[in-house]
Amino acid sequence: MMAGIVGWGAHMPRYRVKVEEIARVWGASAEAYKKGLDVQEKSVPAPDTDSVTLSVTAARRALKRAGIRGADIGACYVGSESHPYAVKPSGTIVAEALGATPECRCADFEFACKAGTEGMAVALGLVDAGMVRYALGIGADTSQGAPGDALEYTASAGAAAYIMGKEGVVAECEHTYSYMTDTADFWRREHQYYPQHAGRFTGEPAYFKHVTGCATGIMKKSGTKPADFAFCVFHQPNGKFPATVAKQLGFKPEQWKQGLLCPLLGNTYSGSSPMGLSAILDVAEPGDRILHVSYGSGSGSDGFIYRCTDRIREVQGLAPKTRDILEGERFYLSYGEYVKFRGKIIMNERGA
Amino acid sequence: MRDVAIIGVGANPRWGELWGQSLRDIFVEAALAAIDDAGVDHLDGMYVGCMSSGIFTGQEHLASLMSDYLGQKHIPATRVESACASGGLAVKSAFLEVASGYRDIILAGGVEKMTDVSGGEATFALGTAADGEYEGYHGATFPGLYAMIAKAHMARYGTTHEMLAQVAVKNHANGMLNPMAQYRSEITVQQVLNSVMIAEPLHILDCSPITDGAAAVILCPLDMAKKISKKQPVKIAGVGHATDTIQLAQRPDPTWLESTALAAEAAFKMAGVSRKDIDLYEVHDCFTIAELAVIEALGLVDKGKSGEATLKGRTARTGDIPVNVSGGLKSKGHPVGATGAVQIVELTRQLRGEAGERQIAKARRALAQNMGGSGGSAVVHILEVA
Amino acid sequence: MPSANYTREIPQRYRLEASRCVKCGQVHYPPRLICPGCRSRQFETVALPSGGKVVTYTIISVGPSDFAAEVPYALGIVELEGGVRLMAQIVDVPPEKVSIGMPVTLEFRKLYEEGKAGIICYGHKAVPA
Repeated sequence: MMAGIVGWGAHMPRYRVKVEEIARVWGASAEAYKKGLDVQEKSVPAPDTDSVTLSVTAARRALKRAGIRGADIGACYVGSESHPYAVKPSGTIVAEALGATPECRCADFEFACKAGTEGMAVALGLVDAGMVRYALGIGADTSQGAPGDALEYTASAGAAAYIMGKEGVVAECEHTYSYMTDTADFWRREHQYYPQHAGRFTGEPAYFKHVTGCATGIMKKSGTKPADFAFCVFHQPNGKFPATVAKQLGFKPEQWKQGLLCPLLGNTYSGSSPMGLSAILDVAEPGDRILHVSYGSGSGSDGFIYRCTDRIREVQGLAPKTRDILEGERFYLSYGEYVKFRGKIIMNERGA
Repeated sequence: MRDVAIIGVGANPRWGELWGQSLRDIFVEAALAAIDDAGVDHLDGMYVGCMSSGIFTGQEHLASLMSDYLGQKHIPATRVESACASGGLAVKSAFLEVASGYRDIILAGGVEKMTDVSGGEATFALGTAADGEYEGYHGATFPGLYAMIAKAHMARYGTTHEMLAQVAVKNHANGMLNPMAQYRSEITVQQVLNSVMIAEPLHILDCSPITDGAAAVILCPLDMAKKISKKQPVKIAGVGHATDTIQLAQRPDPTWLESTALAAEAAFKMAGVSRKDIDLYEVHDCFTIAELAVIEALGLVDKGKSGEATLKGRTARTGDIPVNVSGGLKSKGHPVGATGAVQIVELTRQLRGEAGERQIAKARRALAQNMGGSGGSAVVHILEVA
Repeated sequence: MPSANYTREIPQRYRLEASRCVKCGQVHYPPRLICPGCRSRQFETVALPSGGKVVTYTIISVGPSDFAAEVPYALGIVELEGGVRLMAQIVDVPPEKVSIGMPVTLEFRKLYEEGKAGIICYGHKAVPA
């Protein structure tokens, strides 16, 4: 049997801040941002939520769909640019919470917004190589944008977890591909709190070049064309870029709309395209083929072609569906509450 | 066992924020008052009840420190700790030493110096009386734990915010007549309900305050007391002590204080008396709900009827079961390690007829109930005119 | 040094591991060395279910220093399926909407941080089921 996804799960905070609320504080035009970025609101992590907690809940949902125990997982990879510790793995915490320890491979991944799909690719590779029976790849972030910066309107929080295996596969991975160069479009130096980006340079020479390169590369390698896919999902730094790239590649709205979460979710960085994929798997039919292309600044794109099996119908209802969570109960924050939640207020140290 | 009497009592002139006095100053002042009251020239031993001097002031090893500064260097001295029941436990420990015949003149005292730390640190220190790993870890505070008891009591028995508030109103009214009380001010139900919320449904005026204070009593064999004491000896007729899970979650009924019920049962049995024989009660009203739950556990009212009894005035100074005539922890203040000891001080003064304006006429027998944590420990003493 | 203490509690905190008495079947959380019911000293490790209901609760407005930024927060006793009770914060719901009997499920969350440079303390909180 071909290796593939045996279980998936997603999670995001219930808190949201609207574009209008951020724009109000910075004297910006909400309409311009909403139109320019195609984003209405974004998820905000509460102080009790970080990439690890989002990962654990997403992974527990993936375990439910996979119908396996935590102890069956032989590798645990969390991809994030907001690992709670600078030194000390996120993956060990996640693996402990799932009961995957101690017989488990683990290291954290970091590659801007591509870290999650790299974790998924390595998980697939280990399974394919027969090194482990099941492997977990997670993309999770509680991403930061500098106050007042365009990134602040989209940087959000969420996670998606994928258990890869060869038994009980719900979506076989038919092909993988990766397209990577060294491109300085977005970065954060050590000890700097917020990332820097290169403005319009992040578009054409960065996002579009790599996503398009990866998508055309994997379709060429696999001999497929857009019409062969029921769905496609691309990295979503905003709502506009993935829609534009989909159109340019020749995909129709019914192929990309299901996976486009950014307008209501924001950009969950490493969680972005993996969460979009989860929303597709929630509704996909057996036989459906899915194209998944991520993007991480710095820069690179991972491509995957999945084909759903008959088993997918049996597991879709075993855990909460991504769009149900996304459109479920939400609590809207004022900008003041949002900056408190994000720890952007300078506080007295204890003892003061 | 020998019969044991109280021959001396003492406390600081007034409890509260004693900025000018240190931990040792506070204790020695109260202990000297007790020694003077007893008219003894030496001690054979000493028990100091203190909950958390280590966190509040950075000082442990209190037994030796206090015996030295009390001018009693070299006597056997012991510190006992049972959270807010430390003072009561010190009295019980001293009682056993005298009753057993091991030593004759023993001081039992309690002390807490709580104002040398910030409010947040005090909250943390008090929180150590809960299960640190499974309550404190989740953000539990003491007001929070008692608030959960209150919420369950309200849901189960229809107890109201007004009933809770009435406990505070009554105890403040009593405290008006007690010169040592930290808060000598009358309050109304409306003031309690309008005061700032600490842990819903408990407002700040439902909570006992942060207090510096100490209290001490001197015990000796009753036979000796009759010879050496110039005052009316008061006999410790009954002693009860029990424990329970310190985790509130592990009790089958969060509204029921089993440790208090068991300690009371033991004390009544030992004293050979029943509730109708008791003229007044000092109980552990660290929060208004605590007094309600305690008077139910003591069997003074039926389960769920404490709020109604309080509203009717039954527990007032003029009621048929006077509770916390001293003002209780609520008005008098709650230096946690000292509270159990000062209850015995107050009841001894009442039984001697020395309680001034708040004197309960013809008081012959009284009960003190002191509690640790959210009910994880309880000590009950029954005192009577010898 | 909190890290040894923290690491020791991981099975209970992260995986809700409890001990079931092999003699009388009672489940204890946290695990015990002797069964208070039947005095047996033999146990097997079981994971608690995540679903339950609120037994009682409060809304804390004045919290300990580590939780000061989170007030007001709801804290309650949750009875899990099977009867084990534990204390947990109740989140993802406005505190004033919490009620006794409310169905909840336990979710992995950060409880607090040991200051800015210390370890991050994780565990479970209850969220509306």
